[in-house]
Amino acid sequence: MNILGLWNYWIVIALMMIGLYILIARENLVKKVMGLNIFQVSVIMFWVSIAKVRGGTAPIVPEGGGDVIYSNPLPHVLMLTAIVVGVATTGLGLALIVRIHEAYGSIEEDQVREMDRAEE
Amino acid sequence: MKFSAMRMREKLIVRVIARALIPFILLFGLYVQFHGDFGPGGGFQAGVIFAAGFVLYGLVFSLEDLKRVVPWRVVELGVASGLLIYGGVGVASLLLGGNFLDYKVLDSHDAMHGLHLGIILVELGVGLAVSASMLAIFYAFAGRREAR
Amino acid sequence: MTEHLPALQTALPLLAAPVCVLLRRAALVRVFAVLVTWSCLAIALSLLQEVLGHGEISYALGGWVAPLGIEYRVDILNAYVLVLVATIASVVIAFPLAGRELRIPKERFFLFYALFLLCLAGLLGITITGDLFNIFVFLEISSLSAYALIGLGRDRRALTAGFSYLVMGTIGGTFILIGIGLVYQMTGTLNIVDLSQRLPPVLGTRTVWMAFAFLVVGTSIKLAAFPLHQWLPNAYTYGPSVVASFLSATATKVAYYVLVRLLFTVFGFAFVFERVQLSALLLPLSLIAMVVGSLAAIYQTNIKRLLAYSSIAQIGYMTLGLSLANLDGLTGGLVHLFNHGLIKGGLFLVVACALSRVESPRIESLRGLGKRMPWTMAAFVVGGLGLIGIPGTVGFVSKWYLVLGALDQGLYFVAFMVLASSLLAVVYVWRVIEVMYFSDEERAPERDDAPLSMLLPTWVLIGATIYFGLDTELTAGVAEQAAAYLLGGAS
Repeated sequence: MNILGLWNYWIVIALMMIGLYILIARENLVKKVMGLNIFQVSVIMFWVSIAKVRGGTAPIVPEGGGDVIYSNPLPHVLMLTAIVVGVATTGLGLALIVRIHEAYGSIEEDQVREMDRAEE
Repeated sequence: MKFSAMRMREKLIVRVIARALIPFILLFGLYVQFHGDFGPGGGFQAGVIFAAGFVLYGLVFSLEDLKRVVPWRVVELGVASGLLIYGGVGVASLLLGGNFLDYKVLDSHDAMHGLHLGIILVELGVGLAVSASMLAIFYAFAGRREAR
Repeated sequence: MTEHLPALQTALPLLAAPVCVLLRRAALVRVFAVLVTWSCLAIALSLLQEVLGHGEISYALGGWVAPLGIEYRVDILNAYVLVLVATIASVVIAFPLAGRELRIPKERFFLFYALFLLCLAGLLGITITGDLFNIFVFLEISSLSAYALIGLGRDRRALTAGFSYLVMGTIGGTFILIGIGLVYQMTGTLNIVDLSQRLPPVLGTRTVWMAFAFLVVGTSIKLAAFPLHQWLPNAYTYGPSVVASFLSATATKVAYYVLVRLLFTVFGFAFVFERVQLSALLLPLSLIAMVVGSLAAIYQTNIKRLLAYSSIAQIGYMTLGLSLANLDGLTGGLVHLFNHGLIKGGLFLVVACALSRVESPRIESLRGLGKRMPWTMAAFVVGGLGLIGIPGTVGFVSKWYLVLGALDQGLYFVAFMVLASSLLAVVYVWRVIEVMYFSDEERAPERDDAPLSMLLPTWVLIGATIYFGLDTELTAGVAEQAAAYLLGGAS
């Protein structure tokens, strides 16, 4: 098993763990959104990296055709959709944070939870 | 934010350069848009680039100035009509006897021509919806501070 | 035109959402949204009829034939789920919006309807599509609009509830995306039917096992299956009751459908239940969900939170049916999908009716409402009986199949647990009924029931729980056919 040859997976795993760690360990909601972003980006990286065909070029037919190996373009297109989903999630998350900040005066999760508990 | 926005307005170099750059950003957005049907590019990227031009204007000058150029109603209209153009192409191909979003039937003589037309229209819808959504997000976040 | 119904099923609500933004006027938008949703129901019903009569429907989107293009594939299972989603949506959208439960002023109600239709389009899309990546896209469309809908609740805790739902939901969605990527890596296809043929040769590889794990955990988060349910109670408690009614009856149900589809169609019965032995994990977790959810419901002081915890218990019933993996068990799970949708949708609408008259959703504030709002509270009693599973209500039908399924496997303990957790349901339903009817109030309150426009949708759902408890042809009959189809197609 060639451990180092699978370096793209190592990058993906590292990014994914960083993202999840930020999500779990940070109380600041904006940082949580950042963690979520890193987590999503790791998956996008994963999809894009599996599309690479060794020796393949960009999938644009050269003039006159010709015998060329192309990389798989489908994952890139799919990830375009996933990126849009990610942007929408970030936008919505930040919008909720703006509202939370207006309602509570804080975006630290522990403080917000404390205020909720005091109210009950 | 307010403070830096005021400083920005005083900075002559930034204003002059931004003013010079914005037309080219918009032009580049259009280039990416229309390049999309036979090369890398397309509505998503073009929409973001196009919106970036307006966002730059809003940052360098002010949100009120930007709102005079693109009122909120126009942004809302853009988001809705972009999606409707996209869906309208689907419905049109459906009415012309093809499957939903089957562009080939858009031109009764030449299927390839129909395909071409369909992609251009769909990308136009996507571009409009994306650039309007980007502006809407910018308006929603930038306008928040001033409302308070 | 009828051959295009599968495409229209999702395109109609998806395109109606921007039209809502253009129309703007609240009254106008409401009529429009109701009409659109009702036509969705008509489409779903005619699709079900078509599938029952003539077998599966396949629709190639954009004229690109599967497995290259995206295929909409309607078989008996998803036609059944489509009908549930469209039915609940049609009833809930007709329910008048109460400004006191929403954060937005009346002139921005059109945004609520736009979000609602987007969510509906997403849910219908997940159900109808035969493409794995398309499932992810529609899942995110429905989830994103669901987060926003929850965040519309008036209470400021709705915002934090919406945010934690967003975080959990996105993790779930991204897990699903990883799983799809791993499957695509091994097979090079995303079409579900194509996958079910191409996966068997590579089922032994570690990649497919990883894909399986990611997909199951991801969907379980969206389903709120037991240890992954943390987002649900707050979301349903602080979100507007109408939204809670819609989401509790559809969003988790559609996630359950995705799970069933993945386990039985994509990975196949032999892999899931014989090699991975998923039941060994799912069965105990379902039992714990049934007991813990019901116990937690007993101790709640907020009626919406009580219903939310009861939902977790009821999702336990559904996954129990799945883990039994025999005809009766799976039928029970699928029937409960429909039945619980009706019951919980109806009960949350009851809460919405009650909140039009009382200030807070705390159980004490319902004191004496049995006399003040007789029709609303009668609806709660009937729905509660369904939750318990009294014979003559839909709850009985699903539990009957589940018990049969458990006995069929020789799992007497499981059958006993189904009955025991029903007793717990008696306790938490009775707590509410006691406060409503049997609390001594000095002065008899004046009769002041919810308006007819609210009572009518509520009673449609609550009445349906009685109707389908007596006439099980449409629900149990179709569910049994679907279960037989799934088990037959898998072995």
